[in-house]
Amino acid sequence: MITLNVNGRSRDVDDAPNTPLLYVLRDTLELNGAKFGCGLGQCGACTVVVDGKPVFSCLTPIAILQGRKITTLEGLGTEDAPSPLQRAFIEEQAAQCGYCIPGMIMRAHALLTGNAAPTDAEIREHMNANLCRCGTHMRILQAIKRAARGMQAADARAPAQEVRP
Amino acid sequence: MNAPVFTPSRRNVLAGALILSFSLRALPSLAQDQDNAASKPPLPGSLKRAPMLDAWIRIDADGVITAFTGKCEIGQGIRTALMQVAAEELEVDPHAVHLITADTARTANEGFTSGSNSMKDSATAIRNAAAQVREILIGVAAERLGIAADQLHAQSGAVVGPDNRRIAYGDLVAGDVLHVTAQPVSKLKSPDALKMIGQSMPRVDIPGKVTGGIAYVHDLRLPGMVHARVVRPSSYDARLLSVDTSGIEKMPGVMKIVRDGSFLGVIAEREFQAIAAMHALTVAAKWDVATKLPDEGNIFGFIESLPAEEHVIADKHADSAPGTRTLEAVYHRPYQMHGSIGPSCAVASFDGDALTVWSHAQGMFPLRKGIAEMLHLPDEKVRCIHMEGAGCYGHNGADDAAADAALLACALPGRPVRVQWMREQEHQWEPYGPAMVSRARASLDIAGNIVDWEYEVRSNTHSTRPPGAGQFLAARHLEQPFKPGPPRPGEQPDGAGDRNSVPLYALPNVRVGYQFVPDMPLRVSALRGLGAYHNIFAIESFMDELAIAAGADPVEFRLRHMQEKRARKVIETAAQRFGWSSASMTEGSGRGFAFARYKNLGAYCAVALEVDVEHESGRVRLGRVVAAVDSGQAVNPNGIANQIQGGIVQSASWTLYESVRFNQTRILSQDWSTYPILRFGNVPESVDVHVVDAPGEPFLGTGEAAQGPAAAAIANAVTNATGTRIRHLPLSAARVKAAIGV
Amino acid sequence: MAFSLLLVVVLGAGALFFVAHVAMPEDRGQHVFAPDLVRRGGELAALGYCASCHTAEKGQPFAGGRPLATPFGTIFGTNITPDPESGIGLYSPAAFARAMREGIDRVGRDLYPVFPYNHFTRLEDKDIDALYAFLMTRAAVAAQNRANQLAFPYNIRPLLAGWKLLYLDKFRVTERPDLGRYLVEGLSHCGACHTPRDRLGAEIASQHFDGGEAEDWWAPPLNANSPSPVPWTEESLFNYLRSWDAEHGGAIGPMAQVVAGLASVPEQDVRAIAAYIGSTMAKQGESDGPVEDNQTQAMQAHPQGAELYAGICATCHETGGHVPFTVASLGQHTSLYAPDPRNMIHVVLEGAHPPEGTVGAVMPAFADALSDEQIAEIIAYLRARFSGGAQWENVEDEIARIRRRTSP
Repeated sequence: MITLNVNGRSRDVDDAPNTPLLYVLRDTLELNGAKFGCGLGQCGACTVVVDGKPVFSCLTPIAILQGRKITTLEGLGTEDAPSPLQRAFIEEQAAQCGYCIPGMIMRAHALLTGNAAPTDAEIREHMNANLCRCGTHMRILQAIKRAARGMQAADARAPAQEVRP
Repeated sequence: MNAPVFTPSRRNVLAGALILSFSLRALPSLAQDQDNAASKPPLPGSLKRAPMLDAWIRIDADGVITAFTGKCEIGQGIRTALMQVAAEELEVDPHAVHLITADTARTANEGFTSGSNSMKDSATAIRNAAAQVREILIGVAAERLGIAADQLHAQSGAVVGPDNRRIAYGDLVAGDVLHVTAQPVSKLKSPDALKMIGQSMPRVDIPGKVTGGIAYVHDLRLPGMVHARVVRPSSYDARLLSVDTSGIEKMPGVMKIVRDGSFLGVIAEREFQAIAAMHALTVAAKWDVATKLPDEGNIFGFIESLPAEEHVIADKHADSAPGTRTLEAVYHRPYQMHGSIGPSCAVASFDGDALTVWSHAQGMFPLRKGIAEMLHLPDEKVRCIHMEGAGCYGHNGADDAAADAALLACALPGRPVRVQWMREQEHQWEPYGPAMVSRARASLDIAGNIVDWEYEVRSNTHSTRPPGAGQFLAARHLEQPFKPGPPRPGEQPDGAGDRNSVPLYALPNVRVGYQFVPDMPLRVSALRGLGAYHNIFAIESFMDELAIAAGADPVEFRLRHMQEKRARKVIETAAQRFGWSSASMTEGSGRGFAFARYKNLGAYCAVALEVDVEHESGRVRLGRVVAAVDSGQAVNPNGIANQIQGGIVQSASWTLYESVRFNQTRILSQDWSTYPILRFGNVPESVDVHVVDAPGEPFLGTGEAAQGPAAAAIANAVTNATGTRIRHLPLSAARVKAAIGV
Repeated sequence: MAFSLLLVVVLGAGALFFVAHVAMPEDRGQHVFAPDLVRRGGELAALGYCASCHTAEKGQPFAGGRPLATPFGTIFGTNITPDPESGIGLYSPAAFARAMREGIDRVGRDLYPVFPYNHFTRLEDKDIDALYAFLMTRAAVAAQNRANQLAFPYNIRPLLAGWKLLYLDKFRVTERPDLGRYLVEGLSHCGACHTPRDRLGAEIASQHFDGGEAEDWWAPPLNANSPSPVPWTEESLFNYLRSWDAEHGGAIGPMAQVVAGLASVPEQDVRAIAAYIGSTMAKQGESDGPVEDNQTQAMQAHPQGAELYAGICATCHETGGHVPFTVASLGQHTSLYAPDPRNMIHVVLEGAHPPEGTVGAVMPAFADALSDEQIAEIIAYLRARFSGGAQWENVEDEIARIRRRTSP
């Protein structure tokens, strides 16, 4: 039995330790966000955030995740209360088939957590690990920028606090 | 009708006496339409296929409205658009409409969701059905209230009278009031009264998709469901000689190993267990390796060497000025793949008597027919329900995965079986868009106008879809195999390999031939746009070559030869919004323009863009891209823009990078390292789409409209930037560098 | 410090023998080059990897700006486009030949030997002419050269004259060797990375091709001292230099750029290089059977590393080479037998990413997914499994250091 911290909840799973996180999320914990795309770390459809960093869940066995903070798409927000980033994807209508979008959102989430005001070049560079086949790239970029703007505006309204380097 | 869609007459086909063999491929439905025209007008859209109103719209006594479509949501946003259309005519909020998509037990049979036909077929049917339902309900209310129907109107799910008397729809639907045959003519709302149609309503599926809802067949979890994987042969025709399964049967979670001839699969309790067992089976399986693929380096020579059926697509002649200059060119397009990000998946459940299959294939009724044939079951014992998959872009592995799931579920009755393909299976086994080659020849008169145009395109079939069981991989690999049906050339006016092979331009002399090659060295089928992608790339590249020869601006040259008003408007809009100019750009930068009307029947689309070509590497970078599109009456302009934007970016990937690689034994493009596609690092600077609305005009298919124009615009821009014409796709850095030289 | 003083004395003494170099006149003339000369110049530029040092990441080709870390500080690749102000546009053919052969720029300053004129000094006139023709027909880019960041005394250019006195002449040859040797020892300057350097940054002639380094990667020996368990043959070298070798794998790190450039040169040049290096590597590795694989012992010794390997790496690397761009066994990669773990660490942290749209190995970067300790465990397991139990030292520290260096 391995205990995982998924979206702030402690979850005991009985999958074999070498099982990639992707299958545990999808089949054992019944979370739909992370998707199987290639199983090779080439496309990013399975991207989740572990301790603030984007990782390919298809290549991350649960054995190494004890005690680490796993965040999936479901951990950001819900359909009724989407996170600012999810809301930005809805507002920009940044999906066609949408299959790659959960991975895109999680990778972007990791970027915006560390850099609230990325440049266009930084976003493109950061997102390069994730593939989209419908050609939704332009809207995905727009959604990430929109979310960054929204977060900055929210920061500006909030009382002064430490600025991340 | 001012569209110069050419239907060859007997006489002018015979005029092409040099052709050894030919066939007339006039549209059968056209003939039907003409027959109908004698009696009464045909029913609109897919009402022709299912004329009962309640096949499309049902209203329960509690007022719940359900619309039915035989089409599928394949990422193109059709669900939202159909809800808008139904809501418009029923005068309700779009969110009040429950939409049921293709399900053999519930919806009309609308064939395949393909060819950018869903708006034309299904939205037209639903809109007309909804309008007729509304009028029926108003009629019932009129009777009940004793008020003349023209004093009543529909509003928010009720029929409302002059003194605010109202009867809810639910109270008007007693009996079989909607179980009536549709009429050919509906009382559609006038364009200026539309409230929902024309609005960029946010897509209803996106909130769920971005928050982790159950969105795809991949996400379907049924009680007791188990997981399966298949092991495909080591090459196309390899046969399974032996497989020692004894150790694998004892692997954790393994429930059953299924072998039937060369079909091999494994079912396990959990997904990763099935994958582990699949890997073990892959190692254990011994195949005879059939080596029979042609040499990739000479694939076009090989295709040219295959026997072909000659079809005349267009052959018309008129008086014209004599040609003073003649240009000729040959264009090539390699095999290219759909490459869905999510490999194909299906769930099937067999209760010992009947089978249910959940699939993201494009046609549930053909799928059912094929699966029933494969399993020797009557059609009615098989139900196929569409659920979304990852982007489809045509006939990918979805049907095959459904067949896999059906076979495996029958081997384990009582347990729903979920099968997903692995990445390398999708890459190696999906049917590709065929390699194509075409030749263009045209002459200019002294004034620089085109006086004659000849075009020949050579291609495999663009559809190996079911219903025949032999179209499924699994069925071909069974001990008692099914054979694929004979390949078909497709039919004009839609066309297949010959789709968009006839230029829309007004040219006095046009001859277009289609050399249909039945033999298929690689497995092929429909890929977004079919032959239109190649033909538009070729025709619109050639138009630029002619414009350059004529010393004309490419946009002006196109307008000079274009008489269709809507086409002109789209060309002018794209040029104007882009800020088109012939002025030369800095070295290594160029502009390109291209236009087409998809199938010469669907949406009009023009693309203008700029590129930078890095001289030292040949690398092409896309700058600003501007498109204009006329999709007829625009139901959801944002949805149209999304499709065009996506089409341009996807086409850029095909055009710059993509080509299926193979050796003489097997497909070498197995993953994204061996079949690279566009990544964020090289997407355009911007893509702006301008929707040119055409109120009151029929809905026109849009989903595939951008593929060809985007490709040609890129090729034309590369020529503009480098002074060199590349007629061979993809325009890879190595190919561009080789062309521009040191 | 004592070494630095000694250095100043030695090099300064050498410098006394030299007078200041004269400035060559500005050449503002219009040159016309035969297309074949330009074409061959382009091939030679690829064979000499000019672009790898003279092009910044995402920068304009040949416009300079790429930082080259050396033990003496950072030197920036210069602009060698024909821009008259910031590039080499004012170089006459004679000035260019002097720079290539003697390491002296047009105005007479000595150039740092990170520019491998010690190799280029062997080039024949016709090849220098071809390179000149090629470079002078590139697009001129106005891009000022960046100031080098060198510590005293290395920032004193005249001292380089002493360096040249000590080292440059040794490389001069007169007779024309066969094509492979000519390219490898001259234009392609393989020794610049694959031969160890002394404290003055010069290749140690007595240790020719014993292995060196490039940009903090280990550059393996190109002689009989290669630690590769699978012998490198002419054929495998050719495959490797062209794209991928099924026995040894493909290039990664700085060598990947070299291979990318070689993709466009005539096959005979690459074959010649492979033939010559095949001869210098002769007699390496006795066995040509499967690599030694002590899987069981390695699993016992490093269970955590084994588990990580099985859960992550094995997905692609334990499939018998079925996944594209993997070899049958990781034990076939030469880097596993290096004297230090740098290459392994770089690969795990950074992955592999081919140029956009090109076929090539895609491996994800694991910097975000794995901790230093976890990477060290995987490396320890692989070393135990394939290299007869010998372990590298301070692996975790090296991981931390490389991590800091690559993602500041």
